[in-house]
Amino acid sequence: MQPSAVTSIRLFSGFTRGSVKLILRGNRAYWTWLAFLGALVFSGVLAYSEQVRQGLGLTAMRDQVSWGFYIGNFTFLVGVAAAAVVLVIPAYIYNWKPIREIVIYGELLAISAITMCLLFVMVDIGRPDRFWHLIPPFGYLNFPRSVLAWDVLVLNLYFLINFSVATHILYRAFHGKHYLKRFVVPMVLLSVPMAVGIHTVTAFLYNGLAARPYWNSSILAPQFLASAFCSGPAILLIVLQVLRRFTRFEIQDAAIWKVAELMAYAMFLNLFLHGAEAFKEFYSNTQHLLFTRYWYFGVGGHHTLVPYAWSAVALNLASFALFISPVTRRNFWTLNIGCLATYAGVYIEKGMGLIIPGLTPDTLGEIYEYYPTLTELRVAAGIFALGFLVFTLMLKVAVPISLGEFMGRKEAAPEPALVR
Amino acid sequence: MRRFLLLLSGVALVAADGPKVPSAPAGAERVEVAPPPFSEGIFPCTSCHSGMPVDRTRRELTAMHTDIVLKHDETHRWCLDCHDATNRDVLHLASGEQVPFDESYRVCGQCHGEKYRDWRAGVHGRRTGNWNGAKGYLLCAHCHNPHQPHFKALAPKPAPRPPSRDLARRP
Amino acid sequence: MESTRRLFTQTAAGAAAGMVLTACGPKRLYEVPKDRLKTAIADLEQRYKEQHHKDIRVSDAGPIPGVQFAYALDISRCIGCRRCVYACVAENNQSRDPQIHWIRVFAMEKDKGVDFSHADAYYNPAEVPEDGHFYVPVSCQQCENPPCTKVCPTGATWAEKDGIVVIDYDWCIGCRYCMAACPYGARHFNWSEPTIPEAELNTNTHYLGNRPRPKGVVEKCTFCIQRSRDGRYPACVEVCPVGARKFGNVLDPDSEIRYIIEHKRVLVLKEELNTVPRFFYFYAT
Repeated sequence: MQPSAVTSIRLFSGFTRGSVKLILRGNRAYWTWLAFLGALVFSGVLAYSEQVRQGLGLTAMRDQVSWGFYIGNFTFLVGVAAAAVVLVIPAYIYNWKPIREIVIYGELLAISAITMCLLFVMVDIGRPDRFWHLIPPFGYLNFPRSVLAWDVLVLNLYFLINFSVATHILYRAFHGKHYLKRFVVPMVLLSVPMAVGIHTVTAFLYNGLAARPYWNSSILAPQFLASAFCSGPAILLIVLQVLRRFTRFEIQDAAIWKVAELMAYAMFLNLFLHGAEAFKEFYSNTQHLLFTRYWYFGVGGHHTLVPYAWSAVALNLASFALFISPVTRRNFWTLNIGCLATYAGVYIEKGMGLIIPGLTPDTLGEIYEYYPTLTELRVAAGIFALGFLVFTLMLKVAVPISLGEFMGRKEAAPEPALVR
Repeated sequence: MRRFLLLLSGVALVAADGPKVPSAPAGAERVEVAPPPFSEGIFPCTSCHSGMPVDRTRRELTAMHTDIVLKHDETHRWCLDCHDATNRDVLHLASGEQVPFDESYRVCGQCHGEKYRDWRAGVHGRRTGNWNGAKGYLLCAHCHNPHQPHFKALAPKPAPRPPSRDLARRP
Repeated sequence: MESTRRLFTQTAAGAAAGMVLTACGPKRLYEVPKDRLKTAIADLEQRYKEQHHKDIRVSDAGPIPGVQFAYALDISRCIGCRRCVYACVAENNQSRDPQIHWIRVFAMEKDKGVDFSHADAYYNPAEVPEDGHFYVPVSCQQCENPPCTKVCPTGATWAEKDGIVVIDYDWCIGCRYCMAACPYGARHFNWSEPTIPEAELNTNTHYLGNRPRPKGVVEKCTFCIQRSRDGRYPACVEVCPVGARKFGNVLDPDSEIRYIIEHKRVLVLKEELNTVPRFFYFYAT
């Protein structure tokens, strides 16, 4: 029975009021967490307003290294957003029950990650007041020639897909109804190539630049996908364990272990592709080796990134070992250490390890050693905090809905309405 | 790149006999130049030299023009190999033909043929004026001292500031 | 406080003007109908007058038909004196602090040849040229196949019909993708508010060339578009004391640039990247 317009409005306002009540209700840990995130967001806003006032000169980016910390974080977070797919593929394609319970959280993570991606781009451009220049009909989007135009489109499309599917599922569950299969399934199936798409397009951003030999390598797109799939779900695994601990949320161990196993295979591919790249550079030994050498060994007297390079290698290898062996995978201590290791390893390798060696030495051989300023760190921390805040608040509403504790009607469903 | 050049030479072959460079044989088109860079008061030379006897002996000058140090193939040549002995207001070519100072490029061109050819095309040396209109030629002597042609080194303008993390803060 | 308010009003006014002018029809300001461009330029000149207390003339001269510019630089002549760098700074209203130079001169060693991994842009001897060195100035190569214009997400940079690659400073959002794409390090960014001493401001400007730029946009050499579209040589060509720089219309069979391409050993930088630059280097001797 379709509710009338008045009932819909009443239900929606009930949903909103109920959500606000849920968000405002929490224990001390919850409020400490929110206060911490709020403080970081506030600091980030202050730092960013100073950056707007004085210009991007407050960052360490200069003509020689014209992209830095912000774009590095953007690249990493696109990978995290794409990683939601790791959960979707087994859930809907192979009809794997244990994972289907948690797909919705992957989508919420994707939404938070894309939000952070868009924010990182906003803080990086020199004229944020002109971002509307990208939006037709007021602006002009250089599609299809500019890969950045493609990225704008696919990122927003991916965001819309995840947002509409997640809100549809949750809102229907709030009404005690199952989601519309004929809407959700095609959208979710679409999100699989879309996830591959967003990260391929982001890789192509770098890949297509002949001016930067470090990036102009065919393996960049597959490597981006591999590193995304091995790191993105790490956050989700930790969050799911937290939820299992603090709420009535249930998730089978098997689901967590399966995700960790898939991450191990992705990490293998990531390491293999890095190895392939290293072989090509060191064996062919052309002038292009200079960039890879700067990352792993330093060039001239410039060694700033070398400790980061080897830390990333160590962290990636460690997490691979921990995830591939069923013993360490099933032990929650080693599993979580592995999660942190892969997240940190890929963060370093994809953030600092991709952007800066690509631009150092610059096109005319000059080495300017870039590392972020306090402004950049504060703004980035603020954006991460905002993303985590959005994710926390969404979970605060989504978990009770999925458990049947937060419903529009008086009677609670006998079982969580998400599982079919 | 090769295609671009091929196209270019193709156009040239089809369109004309090639770039029309003012041809260099003696008595050919005269090039309009800026006035010769004489030292203050030195010209016309005949104001002193009209009455003087001509001494063609190769020697070091002691009475006058002692400020001129010849460092231009000085083992084989001396003043009267370029300056005309009978009329000091002109120069002369190896053939003996007299050449006024504002055509001194013809004298230089005897030995420096390829530079002369490039100069006529506008490729050697400075050019002032318009790329699509009147162009200004300078004489060889405007940049090269004919007695000591080797350029003195210049002090370079300041190097660029290397990129630094601190940009000056302005209120 | 005062500057924040001013910044806000200027930004809001600029954004509003931009929105109004581009809300319908062509998106890039330079593509708008001539009369609207004239209005935009009149507003621009008014704004410059308030900002810089000088009458700045902004030209909108278009490309001359039958003209394709090309540039040639004689590296057997260049002595690395950098007079071109500073003539360009003065002519094109580049920011003095933070310092922007559209031309960078690289000192290279004769026994290593043209090799940017062994080049030094910061040489500072008492006299040039130094023994055993030669000098290669680099600025925008105005490529036929520019890697920078295809990556711009808003279409703020494009190649004009006479070959000059230009930037619409009022449309650029400062994403710096073009800077990552340029193989010659030719593009420069206004990391902070540019400063030009008022006395040194060149008031003869072009909309797509040397008019004063705002903070947060990209800029680069435009072959002195304000001069070259008026028939004159770029400032660097005129100031070079050894006549190493040559410029002209490559379609004109009598031009010196044609002569160089046809008779001299010309080379271009990073030829394998297929950018097809209009900037040639040659050895006259």
